[in-house]
Amino acid sequence: MAHDAYFFRSRRGLPQELVEAQQWIEGIARGHGLQFCETVFEMCDWEEINMLAAYGGFPTRYPHWRWGMDYIQMDKSYEYGLQKIYEMVINTQPAYAYLLDNNTLMDQKLVMAHVYGHVDFFTNNAWFQHTNRKMLDQMANHATRVRRHIDNEGQDTVETFIDMCLSLENLIDPHLPHIRRESGPGVREKEEARRAPGYARMPAKQYMDKYINPPEFLEAQKQRHADRLEQLTRFPEEPVRDVLGFLLRFGRMVPWQHDILSIIRDEAYYFAPQAQTKVMNEGWASYWHTTMMTRDILTDAEVIDYADHHSGTVAMRPGQLNPYKLGIELFRHIEDRWNKGRFGKDWVQCEDIAVKRDWDTGAGLGKEKIFEVRKTHNDVTFIDQFLTEDFIREQGIFTTEYDKSAGHFVVDSREFGEVKQRLLTMLSTRGNPAIAVTDANFANRGELELSHTHEGVDLQVQWAEQALGNVARIWGRAAHLRTTLDSKETVLTHDGSTFTVAHPGAPSKTKT
Amino acid sequence: MPLNIDNDVHRFKQIVRGRIRKDLRKHMSSSEIIGKERGRAVSVPLPQIGIPRFRYGENEQGGVGQGDGDKGDAVGGQAQPGQGQAGDQPGEHSLEAEISLEELAEIIGEELALPRIEPRGSKQVTTERDRYTGISRVGPEGLRHVRRTFREALRRQIASGSYVPSDPRIIPIREDKRYRSSKTRSQPQSSAVVIYMMDVSGSMGREQKEIVRLEAFWIDTWLRHNYKNVQSRFIVHDAAAREVDRDTFFRTRESGGTLISSAYRLCWELIERDYPPAEWNIYPFHFSDGDNWSKADTNKCLELLKADLIPAVNQFSYAQVDSDYGSGQFYEDLKGAFSDDERVTLSRVPDRDHIMDSIKELLGKGR
Repeated sequence: MAHDAYFFRSRRGLPQELVEAQQWIEGIARGHGLQFCETVFEMCDWEEINMLAAYGGFPTRYPHWRWGMDYIQMDKSYEYGLQKIYEMVINTQPAYAYLLDNNTLMDQKLVMAHVYGHVDFFTNNAWFQHTNRKMLDQMANHATRVRRHIDNEGQDTVETFIDMCLSLENLIDPHLPHIRRESGPGVREKEEARRAPGYARMPAKQYMDKYINPPEFLEAQKQRHADRLEQLTRFPEEPVRDVLGFLLRFGRMVPWQHDILSIIRDEAYYFAPQAQTKVMNEGWASYWHTTMMTRDILTDAEVIDYADHHSGTVAMRPGQLNPYKLGIELFRHIEDRWNKGRFGKDWVQCEDIAVKRDWDTGAGLGKEKIFEVRKTHNDVTFIDQFLTEDFIREQGIFTTEYDKSAGHFVVDSREFGEVKQRLLTMLSTRGNPAIAVTDANFANRGELELSHTHEGVDLQVQWAEQALGNVARIWGRAAHLRTTLDSKETVLTHDGSTFTVAHPGAPSKTKT
Repeated sequence: MPLNIDNDVHRFKQIVRGRIRKDLRKHMSSSEIIGKERGRAVSVPLPQIGIPRFRYGENEQGGVGQGDGDKGDAVGGQAQPGQGQAGDQPGEHSLEAEISLEELAEIIGEELALPRIEPRGSKQVTTERDRYTGISRVGPEGLRHVRRTFREALRRQIASGSYVPSDPRIIPIREDKRYRSSKTRSQPQSSAVVIYMMDVSGSMGREQKEIVRLEAFWIDTWLRHNYKNVQSRFIVHDAAAREVDRDTFFRTRESGGTLISSAYRLCWELIERDYPPAEWNIYPFHFSDGDNWSKADTNKCLELLKADLIPAVNQFSYAQVDSDYGSGQFYEDLKGAFSDDERVTLSRVPDRDHIMDSIKELLGKGR
């Protein structure tokens, strides 16, 4: 068995009462229609669970100081009673879930019910289809490979390089595993495009010609053609969001560095779907733990404790959005709508508010619908498709903005369109700026140009400086980043030792 | 049994130490670090330990919230941009690294190349203590390590195939036996006393006192590292000297004149009364802006030093904190009288940035 290889201080099987609880809850979960693979529960003490949390859920990771930093942080906050990790489950087959050994029996049952929700989600949600379900072994392999490189190259050398790769960890394309990017035009299409005259006159009678084909129009067409020709000679032809992948293919690295970068990239892609479905995943698991706990599992004596802990997970701290809360409420909202038949053409076109308020066709499709939703959606499409004006109002959701003079966040708007837009922006970027490779032969000097799609918020320059330096070091030549700072078009440049900020048209500032 | 993560934790601590070392001069001249002294540890603020990423500037980005409130109302707490990313983005916060005073002293020692202090010959009393930390293959039966012995026996039996799971009988033979073994560690038993003297006359301002406070902290840290038992005594003086507690020492401000000899006399009285030089390592440190009242008093000081103080102490240290008013003459006087005496160290501290150099001058002789 694979999991015997991962040693904890001492492997402890579940005590009898938890073995029974697990079998019972597993049956209940299957009875509700959840489909999940084998789930292995492990008992851990709090040091172990903090370690696992620092390692992202896996008992073996490559050696790196940042796990140590995360661990110390978690250890401290547990010690001071600030936070406690209740459950952790990893997306593997079989799935592994960890139980904290000093939780009460009620807590353990709650966690188990919650975990079965997660495992059902991992197993069925489309965005997890391409994740490696043998990641436990894969991570251990990664660790072995990195250790070997450390033995050969020395710890400091390898660690420095890992730091560089990690600093670019967020430059991936989360959609990459799900689509086959169309290959660009072939040689023939390119040649045809190149030979084309560049502009075409619109058919027009001679006396109308200067109106229908004015010089500006022809000029614009020529320009477009020139741009197109320019694009055909550019590499890459289309912007590449998978910057890590691009560096992996074309960067200047020795083999061990190449291997490290591919490890970091693999792990980044493995974790990407979890970031893409955070709201849904937590919402789904919470939906099922409440359903199972309140309908099937709780004894009278446990109700108060349960209510206390559950309200802790879905609590809103003032002014913050809790993904557990948003997710569970939206799933319930969908279930309610489809139970009452509040969807489709008739519902959308109905304008009578009284009719709408009492609308109930008795369709009863709620359960079916939420299972379908958990299969096909990710957070962005989930919000895009199912967030409604009623929901925003009932839940009291608003957008916030930063008040510079007051130095804190203030309520900005409760308007449906704005809230939805803000949520979608937040969920689609997840705090990661959209950065793509746009030119690998910048200024015909083989330098790398990245472009940042500005979405209203500037990049943090000190961090960008260091990250860009790392791009340059991996690429082997200078790297440039096109972005917008203070509403001015800006090009940041790093050649591995010198950092320059230039505003096209203005003199540049150099910092060594 | 160690956890896998212990290595990573250790590595992280090394990095933290490296950072502290790199910015040691800054830390030594900042009050921040000593304000955070807690028992045997201090926390050191370290900005930006973390992995630099392309990311948005903080605080500018609006988010989404839930709850009551009208447009423009303050939102409690911090809205989280790109919510739910906790743990994925280390380094968002500046870090408070906790480090023990012991470790801090080691860093100072290594970085300033301070020699370990040799307690004076006659007083070099060390106690030897046996600590049972090792394991050996031979030893008296009374020290047999049962678990290790059992494990060795089990290992041997499994390897040789004589272990029967259904009848698990483990019989240790001679080669299996493991014993606790002791290591003798000698610890200096010596005690030291640090006598801080400070000029609190009108010319010593706030900044000068702060410098003294910082220097005293680092001196304490280093001496505690070298001696098992360190006591500190505090004397303030203007025209007259008196003994005070630590707190008063750093707060008192007088406006009188300056008679340095009063402090030296009191210091000698303290030593005579409480710290017989045969049993104690004695470290007087005197901080002043070097503006003594009269030439006559300076002569009295030099006599006191020559006749009584210096023969009795390990090292006499004088640090002159530059101020706008002081003439700084006293430094020159001492230098003239003791320039070739190993037992006297002199240092000038023009400003905070020179604290590190000053510590090196004061403690660099390893006495």
